[in-house]
Amino acid sequence: MDLFEYQGKQYFAKFGIPVSAGGVAVTVDEAVKVADASQYPVVVKAQVQVGGRGKAGGIKLANNADEVRLHAGNILGMDIKGHVVKRIWVEHASDIDEEYYASFTLDRAAKKHLLMLSAQGGVEIEEVAEKDPDAIVKLHINPVDGLSEKVARQAAVDAKIPAKALDGVAKILVQLYDCFTAGDCDLAEINPLILKPTGEVHALDAKVSLDGNAEYRHPEWAEYSATEELDDREQLAREKGLQYIGLSGTVGIIANGAGLAMSTLDVVNQVGGTAANFLDIGGGANADQMAAALEVINFDKEVKSIFINIFGGITRGEEVAKGIVEAMKRVDLRAPIVIRLDGTNAEEGREILASAGIPESKLLSKPTMLEAARAAVALANGK
Amino acid sequence: MAIFVNENTKVIVQGLTGGQGKFHGLRNRAYGTNVVGGVTPGKGGQDVEGIPVFDSVADAVKATGADASFIAVPPKAAAAAILEAAKAGITFIVCITEGIPAQDEAKVFNTLVRDYPKVRLLGPNCPGIISPGKCNIGITAGEIAELPSAKGPNVGIVSRSGTLTYQALYELKQQGIGVSTCVGIGGDPVPGTSFVDCLAEFQNDPETHAIIMIGEIGGSAEEEAAEFIKANVTKPMSAYIAGVTAPAGKKMGHAGAIVSGGKGTAQGKMDALREAGVQIGLNPTEAGSLMAEIVKGLK
Repeated sequence: MDLFEYQGKQYFAKFGIPVSAGGVAVTVDEAVKVADASQYPVVVKAQVQVGGRGKAGGIKLANNADEVRLHAGNILGMDIKGHVVKRIWVEHASDIDEEYYASFTLDRAAKKHLLMLSAQGGVEIEEVAEKDPDAIVKLHINPVDGLSEKVARQAAVDAKIPAKALDGVAKILVQLYDCFTAGDCDLAEINPLILKPTGEVHALDAKVSLDGNAEYRHPEWAEYSATEELDDREQLAREKGLQYIGLSGTVGIIANGAGLAMSTLDVVNQVGGTAANFLDIGGGANADQMAAALEVINFDKEVKSIFINIFGGITRGEEVAKGIVEAMKRVDLRAPIVIRLDGTNAEEGREILASAGIPESKLLSKPTMLEAARAAVALANGK
Repeated sequence: MAIFVNENTKVIVQGLTGGQGKFHGLRNRAYGTNVVGGVTPGKGGQDVEGIPVFDSVADAVKATGADASFIAVPPKAAAAAILEAAKAGITFIVCITEGIPAQDEAKVFNTLVRDYPKVRLLGPNCPGIISPGKCNIGITAGEIAELPSAKGPNVGIVSRSGTLTYQALYELKQQGIGVSTCVGIGGDPVPGTSFVDCLAEFQNDPETHAIIMIGEIGGSAEEEAAEFIKANVTKPMSAYIAGVTAPAGKKMGHAGAIVSGGKGTAQGKMDALREAGVQIGLNPTEAGSLMAEIVKGLK
């Protein structure tokens, strides 16, 4: 789960990381109120989960309430690369002497935590990596050992952070690592990490991605899920507890297992179609799950055909088939289904589907993944 | 021969009295796996259809001489369960638990490396391992696995995905090709056992003559495998990578399956494997057919 900047800053603050005084606003009046309390000048920042806000006009400096009113009015409702701005963050504008970069992630290849630190912040780190890779210090941290202030300070020295900022940077690195580990982040990034003329080091931006698997031990995350940007289909799928990702094609996909679901998308694509979604129905694939999945797919107006791709392992083919027949009674489908049922007791399953009295125009059974994909794509294309 | 597990492997099930543990544990026993005990704290002395239950892994190991453990406990308890097994002297741990926080996984993995270097962890979030006819630990339906033939050629399977593992087993069964061992390494960001670990074992296993590998988007495990294959694997291979059409930035079901910053794409993985001499199928069936051709050539 990706956090908005303001949520990331609030999350940072819980771990003692210094951030600017400010607040979130959803209306112009609220923005002015926050600005008055934060001390002018202030920065008005669009809260969207996409890069390039500044260039799009989503970040503005305001010296007084009138300017806040003007900028907040412009930015709220603005469309930035397809993301509509619903919230803005208003904070006291910081004086900046220098800009650095710091982040913690998991390096999957090394199976260790990775600190990336650079004295060149404020720009895309990918750009720095390309133009001047030596300007980024990469340090692996063994999760068993953690990160000490001493090691953090040495990393800062290696990154050529100036002497006057070393103590401040080291301290924030340890706090950020604590946020990353105890806070169960997939990513904790500060860009830019700034040095003020007063000598303080401070997080001017916050990029935080949380590990959904750790949600059970973070009840405080509930407020973040409430603001997560999901489309209507994804919202419905979440309510039904399904693993669903909305895409923009015309073939609705239901498969059991994440790998098979991904594979189904690929095969549909290979035969000239486009998938409307990714949906992993899980191992069981019983009538309730199937009905829920069909409801979500049916909700998507773009769907012209539905491809159900099930491989029976422990769940036997006849159970899956019964589930589909039952689910089709409960959901009034707009689009025809093409099913490929394979694996344990697939024959018996196909028999049940064939004898259920459902016309072929509504439910078509195909023996292989490829044939089923072709049939589903043909139906979606109106053939 | 087979890799990691065989007919002599003695297995305990951590979480045997729970829904998943009981269901799969009993199925594994019915398949012929030597399931010698179960562990559920507070339920020592009971039994599950004749399988004795112990309070701790240490007790179970002492009483049964078990060397492998099948962990089927909820995410909250999984990290501690893995370390308990390692501490008690279990050397092969299969953890099917889905949903363990990545921070816990990273810590457990590195703790095993530091304190229990001889222990192998398979998973978490994996379907398990089956050496057909000998041992089945995990959730694989044993009946879809073709028995290896004494004369060969037999194929080893290694996969990151559960259902695609079954698919691979099934494709081989359709073709009548025997399987030496099928390993599901799981779709999480920090798997205990990697493609490379399995490829090294298969390369050294006299009963394995060819290898199928099923990968997916995210991370760089397939690229690392390609490097390893180029340098070390002489047995013929086919592979399939799921997620060619997956959009960037979205986790496709598995915690580890995500294309981020242009890295971990299916295309990049396929290119790397192709360059290492692996035949690439564009779908699981094609990978199976390619393997059938390979096997025909070996006969």
